[in-house]
Amino acid sequence: MTNSKSKTQTQKINCTIHLADNALILGHRDSEWCGHGPVLEQDIAITNISLDLIGQARNFYQYAAELINHENGSGATEDTLAYLRDNRDFKNCLLVEQSNGDWAVTILRQFLFSVYQYLLYKQLQRSNDTQIAAIAEKALKEVVYHVQWSSEWVIRLGDGTEESHKRMLKATDDLWTFTGELFNPTLFEKEAAANGYSVDVATLKNEWMQKIKITFEQATLPVPNENVWMQSGGKEGIHTENLSYILADMQFLQRAYPGCEW
Amino acid sequence: MREEKNIDLESEKKNILQILETVCDPEVPVLSVVDMGIIRNVDFIDNDLQITITPTYTGCPAMDVIRMNIRLALAEHGYKNLELKTILSPAWTTDWMSEKGKEELKAYGIAPPKPLPVVCTLDAFQEEEAIQCPHCNSYHTKLVSRFGATACKALYQCEECKEPFEYFKCH
Repeated sequence: MTNSKSKTQTQKINCTIHLADNALILGHRDSEWCGHGPVLEQDIAITNISLDLIGQARNFYQYAAELINHENGSGATEDTLAYLRDNRDFKNCLLVEQSNGDWAVTILRQFLFSVYQYLLYKQLQRSNDTQIAAIAEKALKEVVYHVQWSSEWVIRLGDGTEESHKRMLKATDDLWTFTGELFNPTLFEKEAAANGYSVDVATLKNEWMQKIKITFEQATLPVPNENVWMQSGGKEGIHTENLSYILADMQFLQRAYPGCEW
Repeated sequence: MREEKNIDLESEKKNILQILETVCDPEVPVLSVVDMGIIRNVDFIDNDLQITITPTYTGCPAMDVIRMNIRLALAEHGYKNLELKTILSPAWTTDWMSEKGKEELKAYGIAPPKPLPVVCTLDAFQEEEAIQCPHCNSYHTKLVSRFGATACKALYQCEECKEPFEYFKCH
């Protein structure tokens, strides 16, 4: 009996960490634009979005640490989870770790992910885990702004100049293969859905595709085929080389000077 | 006797709220944490003070400073044993900002949040409700960016007096 309860807890911890990792890695990628944005107001916009995401990550990591410590009192904190885990332990999907590329790639990556996050959090508000539901309820308000902002950019660039249109086509080419993973539930997601504290992500796909379709049409961009081969593995800890570079940058200080503080 | 004790407790809670009114948002120093609706509850659990707060935006960096300032302000008044509890639900909304807070914002040059829209849609390029310029009161204003210097504010410009100003986004 205890074993099965412990297994359920482990999967809940994995699921919570996955939600946190998605937010942290995308938050980190967005923050790389700080000081380099194409226009001041957009530099500020993307770094604000980054901040929202990092806030979500903090909430989920804090909760995961609580769950872990309850299981084995190992002294986990939001910081140990964010800064001391290695590549194979991160459970973010591949989409969020992709390079920023140009502005077209960045805003498209944001759009594709934020619509997914919106649909996910909308359902997660009804999670039978009150803390997960509370985090989702709070984050949802902010994700609405992320979807609005990024969808407007998709339309601006898609239905913009010949150059911006071309870059949007290339961005779609680069990123589309990473979208399938979002809707392919991995083991802990299946457990989570079965136990009622998260959702079956496969059920989000149709509505997601609808939003993508409507926005792409407004942007005069061809809607990509959803039935193509998709990359996957991020949720299982098998990442692209991108993640190692991200962690080398993000974690260097904590891992070189363990326990350092302001 | 018990009634007297309850009255004492109530007046002590009022005192604590007054102390909390001196703790301000570090980014917008005219707003206290009470005006912002961040303080959700003040209670005594077995004679120990417990204050429940809720964060505004998920990633708001001012929250850590606010927590510290709450502890300092209360410690100065002799409340050293304080439990500061954070809850996320029900989610903070600008509807919890006091009228006094909204007036102070406007006087400070930031347009206060409008009441929360009933329907929050995802649609791109929505028609925004006109925001009043806090300097010249004109409604002839335009949105420059939905994200301002902080996560909670958007950037606007007045077409009448030409001054840029920030708008505290309804949330």
